[in-house]
Amino acid sequence: MGSPPWFFRFSGAVVRWLLPLTIGLLLLGAAWGLLVAPPDFRQGNSYRIIYVHVPAAVVALAGYYVMAFAGAVSLIWRIKMADVTMRAVAPVGAVLTAVALVTGAIWGKPTWGTWWVWDARITSMLILLFLYLGVIALFEAYENKTAAARACAVLSLVGTVNIPIIYKSVDWWYALHQPASIKFTGESAIDSSMLHPLLLMIGAFYCLFALTVLLNMRAELVWNHREASWLKQMVRNV
Amino acid sequence: MSADIPLLSIREAFSRQFMRHFKALMGSPTDMANPLLFFFMVVTLFPMGLGPNPERLSVMAPGLLWVVALLSSLMVSSKLFGSDFEDGSLEQLAVAPYPLAILVMGEVSAHWLGTGLLLAVVSPLFGVMLGLPAHGLDVLFYSLVLGTVCLTLIGAIGSALTVSIRRGGLLMSLLVIPLNVPVLIFGNTAVSEAVSGGNPSTWLALLGGFAMGSLALVPIAISAALRVSLDN
Repeated sequence: MGSPPWFFRFSGAVVRWLLPLTIGLLLLGAAWGLLVAPPDFRQGNSYRIIYVHVPAAVVALAGYYVMAFAGAVSLIWRIKMADVTMRAVAPVGAVLTAVALVTGAIWGKPTWGTWWVWDARITSMLILLFLYLGVIALFEAYENKTAAARACAVLSLVGTVNIPIIYKSVDWWYALHQPASIKFTGESAIDSSMLHPLLLMIGAFYCLFALTVLLNMRAELVWNHREASWLKQMVRNV
Repeated sequence: MSADIPLLSIREAFSRQFMRHFKALMGSPTDMANPLLFFFMVVTLFPMGLGPNPERLSVMAPGLLWVVALLSSLMVSSKLFGSDFEDGSLEQLAVAPYPLAILVMGEVSAHWLGTGLLLAVVSPLFGVMLGLPAHGLDVLFYSLVLGTVCLTLIGAIGSALTVSIRRGGLLMSLLVIPLNVPVLIFGNTAVSEAVSGGNPSTWLALLGGFAMGSLALVPIAISAALRVSLDN
């Protein structure tokens, strides 16, 4: 396990059923959320962006922990596939974080009347984006890619220890400065007719995350082993 | 290693490393003065950018001073391991029969004494210039003493990660700034609380806790990062 040929074959099999599952869940969740779920009595239809915004934010945060875990595995056991995983997760996580921020801004305009506020959650998502971009930038800067992966592993582990502290500190900072003009609707008070499609969409985004990461890893493997005989053989057999 | 060279105790190894860097720092006063000058000049920029209104400046002073302290700490930390890496002494340290984390801490502590602590000592002067009320000055000093410990340690991780990269200084800032967010919030809030008559001790305690946690964990990260850099 963990050898590139094995992983290539295994991930190929996973992608074959994960791809239709992801598309199915996304279509089902989107249709349910956008067409079937009732409009919000205060926000009307504009709240429906929640079905992209919240799943993207949830998976973006989880993605950082996946990256850090892969980093720990890479540092401790020096498993090559862990390096590839870390490398594959970073851009996906960064894009998801950016999606959460952009959809949040688009949602904020009709709801709060402004594109951007320095709210605790928005600010911590922005910092999460910086953490992701830092890992990507560090990887690109190293010449030796094995060393690059280990440097990124150290950085993402430091980030993991720091993330709860960042979140808590930003929370306290916001509590001290909270502007009175903006009121946030409680998200825990969400009705089950809206919650169920949301949970479905979160599941769909997790599948999408896994799918994109696997495809990224396969692309990286093909590039790294483009001269290897096992790969040529496997391609010929397809 | 030949048998007739006795092994030092870990404490001795640490203090030699500390003294070596402390003397090097003392030998080049400009290295210690430049960050302070940078601090001074940026503080001068704020009244020009924001207007000389003393009331407005004094409201913003805690945040401004802390942001400038963070930036100047970033600037000095970015070259922390640069000369050691270039002249090969880092490789010697890595193969030395002592824990790299301990040796590195000797260097980082000397660096903190010469830059971070110095910055904290002179900061009340800049506080006065920006109109920070007198009862906030001591908290500014305490918060910067604790805060520069955190900033220096986190900066050292960034420096260790980017030391093998040409023109790594800017990249180092990109890596370190997000990690410094809690330090900035704790420190800045402590000073703001003191100025507005509140109790800053909670925030100072948080800052102290962060400093202690960093002291325990960061040396491991620095030594891991340095070993990675040596492989690049």
